[in-house]
Amino acid sequence: MISNKLTHLFNRKSTDLLNIFFTAGYPKLEDTTIILNELEKSGVDLIEIGIPFSDPLADGPTIQESSKIALENGMSIEVLFNQLETSKHDVPVLLMGYFNPVMQYGIEHFCKRCKEVGVDGLIIPDLPLEVYASQYKHLFEKYDLCNVFLVTPQTSTNRIKQIDEFSNGFIYAVSSASTTGTKSNFDDASEYLNKLKSLNLKSPILTGFNIKTRENYLAACKHVNGAIIGSEFIRQISNPKSSLQDTVKDFVSSIKND
Amino acid sequence: MSKYQVNEQGFYGEFGGAFIPELLYPNIEELKENYLAIEKSESFQNEFQQLLKDYVGRPTPLFLAQRLSEKYGAEIWLKREDLCHTGAHKVNNTIGQILLAQRLGKKRIIAETGAGQHGVATATVCALKGLDCIVYMGEKDIERQAPNVARMKMLGATVKPATSGSKTLKDATNEAMRDWINNPEDTHYIIGSVVGPHPYPDMVARYQSVISQEIKNQMDGLPDYVIACVGGGSNAMGAFYHFLDDPSVKLVGVEAAGLGIHTDKTAATLNLGTPGVLHASRSIMMQDKDGQVIEPHSISAGLDYPGIGPAHAWLKVSERAQYMAVTDEDALKAAVECSRLEGIIPALETAHAFSVLKDLDLKSTDRVVINLSGRGDKDMNTYMNELNLK
Repeated sequence: MISNKLTHLFNRKSTDLLNIFFTAGYPKLEDTTIILNELEKSGVDLIEIGIPFSDPLADGPTIQESSKIALENGMSIEVLFNQLETSKHDVPVLLMGYFNPVMQYGIEHFCKRCKEVGVDGLIIPDLPLEVYASQYKHLFEKYDLCNVFLVTPQTSTNRIKQIDEFSNGFIYAVSSASTTGTKSNFDDASEYLNKLKSLNLKSPILTGFNIKTRENYLAACKHVNGAIIGSEFIRQISNPKSSLQDTVKDFVSSIKND
Repeated sequence: MSKYQVNEQGFYGEFGGAFIPELLYPNIEELKENYLAIEKSESFQNEFQQLLKDYVGRPTPLFLAQRLSEKYGAEIWLKREDLCHTGAHKVNNTIGQILLAQRLGKKRIIAETGAGQHGVATATVCALKGLDCIVYMGEKDIERQAPNVARMKMLGATVKPATSGSKTLKDATNEAMRDWINNPEDTHYIIGSVVGPHPYPDMVARYQSVISQEIKNQMDGLPDYVIACVGGGSNAMGAFYHFLDDPSVKLVGVEAAGLGIHTDKTAATLNLGTPGVLHASRSIMMQDKDGQVIEPHSISAGLDYPGIGPAHAWLKVSERAQYMAVTDEDALKAAVECSRLEGIIPALETAHAFSVLKDLDLKSTDRVVINLSGRGDKDMNTYMNELNLK
């Protein structure tokens, strides 16, 4: 059994979980820890940091663009670990990244460094369940890292149950089968989310992709344990109306309404 | 089963697999479950063979190139894929995949294209079958392959520019995959090469294997060499396929060296790359130390790709095939030579394959087959500029 900040969070809280995603090293290289600290202060429940990749297949234009700029800024796995090492945080942190950069870094070394810098979970969209289960599960567990899988409205019930069995953090339910942030409206996914809920899975469910407003957030939280906001947050920090800190703070309070 | 064929897990040795986001799992499963049964079915085979014969114009000739033979002191045979309908081998695969897509009940077809040959071949079969067709093409390739863009449009396809990254084939592939993620139910993605997640590399190789099947039928005995250019590697895999288990046949793949393999403007993946995961399969790719994809360069849009099909990576590592690299400049010279000695203007991609004749240690008894994968009409702009033909 994995025991870390993420599993402790789920033991403590199971409703209205707010998860914010941002890209490491964006808008500027050194902004990673500024954003991380401000998000924590603003009271988000968990944070997902994207490791930029040159060819992000599952991401829409907003996150692609932020990844490109982050790479130009000099972001890399090593730089990110060094940044996280120097920043104290108590909020659960997940890293989201594509498989190739992790593989080149060395999977075990990567897992070890994650634990050292206070990372609790990983989302690697192009690491399929079968490969994870047969080759990497023991490594992730050795370093207390939860692995998070995605499900979509096209995922069969059997597949969802299989994914649940191998999940030790939460399940990331995509609200519509789509790359991140490309639809203009949060789809009314009630039926799908209720179906997920009715399966009585052991893992909490957070839903993401296309959540932009407090209304979307509340709608999602009615059905599942929480919501993930990515592209919209990136758009906010791309065009800050005030300082980066204030932009982060204002956005989070607009969602939480406190 | 041959050690060079894909195994049940979708791997060629250590290469291949399906490193797909869960978002694509149902699509890939559907293909995996059905592609072999559909290919073996009588209805598929009847229609496939009939279209290859009456629509594509197969079998394509195997032509003894007398003047090239004299110059290089060996028997040089050309497999005339340039005579296929649409001007390249690409249509063998799109015919196969459109028949598969129809049998899976798909209504909408997407594709990526580099040189535009695969895009044209896809637009062609979509017109033939009355299916919607969207082709993703890098912005840079749209500029350098204008005639093919016009052909796709004339055939009724929508050409969407890929504006991210290097704005070439790899980025068009990313965009096509994103489209598929967003349209998982009614859409089939016709990948144009032996790349992408399992079962694509095997499926495309099977549809292209007609090339080597015909060479075997057309030749008296086995050739000593089979030579083909390699971007993703579909024409080479088609030309190698039925010779993989004939060890006396030397298989030679030719990559694009761009400005040279010691420069940073090159696309010689197997000569310079390292193992990694790109476009959902584990293969050899051009990447930096952080695992970020290096943007390739080749004068030919069809070879301008930082990865390669996993089967080729395995043929290289297991030393069944050798992979040479030819610069932009040498490819242009070879294109002129083939044009003037044989009266055939080859595609720029194909010209790379001709350029290694001078580097192989050929004996007078050697019989060499070059897969003449495409014709040069689409490259006339580049030829005019580079060779001062205006």
